[in-house]
Amino acid sequence: MTHTAEQQFLDQYREFDANGAVASPDWVCALRSNAIRRFEENGFPTMRDEAWRFTSLKPITEKEYTLAIGDSSTSEAVETKFLDPTGFRVAIVNGMFAEEHCHLGGLPEGVTVISLASAAQSNADVVSAYLGKQAQVEKSCFSALSTAFLRDGVFVHLARGVELSKPLEILFAGVGKGVVEHPRVLIVAEDNSRLQIVENYVGTDGVCYLRNCVTEVVVGDGASVEMCRLQRESKAAYHTATTHIRQGRASKFNVTMVVLGSALSRHDLTCVLDGEGAESSIRGLSILDGKQHVDHHTLIDHAKPNCQSKEYLNGVLDDESRSVFTGRIVVREGAQKTDSKQSNNNVLLSKSARADSQPQLEIYADDVRCTHGVTLGPLNEDAVLYLRTRGILEADARRMLTYGFGVEIIEGIGIDDVREKLGVMIRQRLLVEE
Amino acid sequence: MIDIKDLHVSIAGTEILKGINLSVKAGEVHAIMGPNGSGKSTLAQVIAGHPSYEVTSGSITYLGTDLLELAPEERAREGVFLAFQYPVEIHGISNAYFLRAAVNSIRKHKGLEEYDTLDFLDVLDEKLKVIGWDDSLMNRPVNQGFSGGEKKRNEILQMAVLEPTLSVLDETDSGLDIDALKTVAEAVNKLRTDDNATIVVTHYQRLLNYIEPDFVHVLVNGLIVKSGGKELALELEERGYDWVRAEAPAAA
Repeated sequence: MTHTAEQQFLDQYREFDANGAVASPDWVCALRSNAIRRFEENGFPTMRDEAWRFTSLKPITEKEYTLAIGDSSTSEAVETKFLDPTGFRVAIVNGMFAEEHCHLGGLPEGVTVISLASAAQSNADVVSAYLGKQAQVEKSCFSALSTAFLRDGVFVHLARGVELSKPLEILFAGVGKGVVEHPRVLIVAEDNSRLQIVENYVGTDGVCYLRNCVTEVVVGDGASVEMCRLQRESKAAYHTATTHIRQGRASKFNVTMVVLGSALSRHDLTCVLDGEGAESSIRGLSILDGKQHVDHHTLIDHAKPNCQSKEYLNGVLDDESRSVFTGRIVVREGAQKTDSKQSNNNVLLSKSARADSQPQLEIYADDVRCTHGVTLGPLNEDAVLYLRTRGILEADARRMLTYGFGVEIIEGIGIDDVREKLGVMIRQRLLVEE
Repeated sequence: MIDIKDLHVSIAGTEILKGINLSVKAGEVHAIMGPNGSGKSTLAQVIAGHPSYEVTSGSITYLGTDLLELAPEERAREGVFLAFQYPVEIHGISNAYFLRAAVNSIRKHKGLEEYDTLDFLDVLDEKLKVIGWDDSLMNRPVNQGFSGGEKKRNEILQMAVLEPTLSVLDETDSGLDIDALKTVAEAVNKLRTDDNATIVVTHYQRLLNYIEPDFVHVLVNGLIVKSGGKELALELEERGYDWVRAEAPAAA
């Protein structure tokens, strides 16, 4: 048998499937076996695939991994890694929901935050109605792998009209050397509910592993979800992520994504504005150095009229780092009065850094407003001069402008502790004198 | 304080200033007036050290040193200040943070102790009191989303805090309504001392009703073609620039 990049995952699946320890309901088993079949059929994409033109998966697929073993104990100081020590907190350690790191005291009635594995039993009706419905296994090899190895994660449910009084943070920690894990998150915010949620991905410096995460978010009519997503994996690690959001009528979804870590990261984010008057805002900041490579692939799908979307992604690229952005905006037939803005701005701090940006508009309605813009290059020299004429040294002026360019993205975050902590991290990366 | 001698300046190979001579002493206010494209803003930018302008000959001596040898930040640290015609927006940096960085950079250069956040707020309060403004601009990102008037006010606020020896105001009146113009001019007047000097670059005379110049110079086509007292500004307001051009055929 010839060895292919896919083979180790197929072998892993055979073992995983044969392992009686993974007791799951039949419908979950059916999802898994369907998913692995899709993965076997489609395999990993190559750079000949349009969606992967600028990102080679080779570094990821040529390594060997062991599947996370389903033990949530770790020597890592998990508790210190939460961003917001005052909010509700849960941790995924080694791919498993870690009860010992959950802080859910005082969770209001109508809010469910439990392990996905137990939710598949106890809340089977809701979970089966939504799980895997958006992150479709036909469409992405990583969604397929996530579903094939579906085991645990977090299930968040807000009943109609319920408001979560404090933010909920999900910490993803504790992946060991050479391990692959597939943490899964399902968030269902029923009509008119409100939720602030933080996804915080951390790793141990220098350790190589693969974290393949899928998060599905359902935002009901009139509901509001604010999400912060911080990726500070080990710089030797790989991070593949799929985030799917489906929004109902007059709902609001707002996400701020910050990427500081990983050697290679690919994030596919799809937001479907599937009810009239829905609004979404997507902000992203990547601060990269060394040979880091980050690929953001977003699809904003305006399926219904009178919806608004804003998307601002900024990158600060030093050394030989590289950023890829493909931003597709689809305006469906009948989605009149769509208002969509997109921008991707990159500051290149080194001659060897590189950014590729591909906005893609597909518009099938005639009364819409869609704007997009891309900037790429060093800092605005007029701004550098302006600061210098105030007595600020040139090197300081450049640092200050770079910091401002980055920090602007996080200023809209409504969770104070998280915004402040991110501000400190960005300041340390961009502003502090070396 | 500043002596400009036979200054020739080009940008991208085109000569803009063709032999400027100007001398400003401490305590004085000089107005540079002239039609559009005469080189007024170029002169202002060259004093501040804009790198795009090439000084092909001539000299600028400031407090006994060769100003042209200094980088823009060194000029600022020596007390040269330019209020920009088009202040630049700095995203993500609050006005307060920016101003403190500027003040501390200058203080460090002078061997003075740098201000911490609280000390600086006291200094800022004091300065705001002098010019009679509130602190509403301080926590907003520098110039971002500011109205035209707010941007110009912000330039003068920086001038108040940085305490320059030589201030150059480049068309600070443009885009201001009469109330905003008065507010800005009053602040500039309050900052005048016997030890500092101001060069006011303007197209219109109206600013000079509020900031009274000791001398008025008319710049046409890269040369100062006429100099006089404040009454010259009124004459220009009345008669336009054409008669000066006619009186100075060499420059026309």
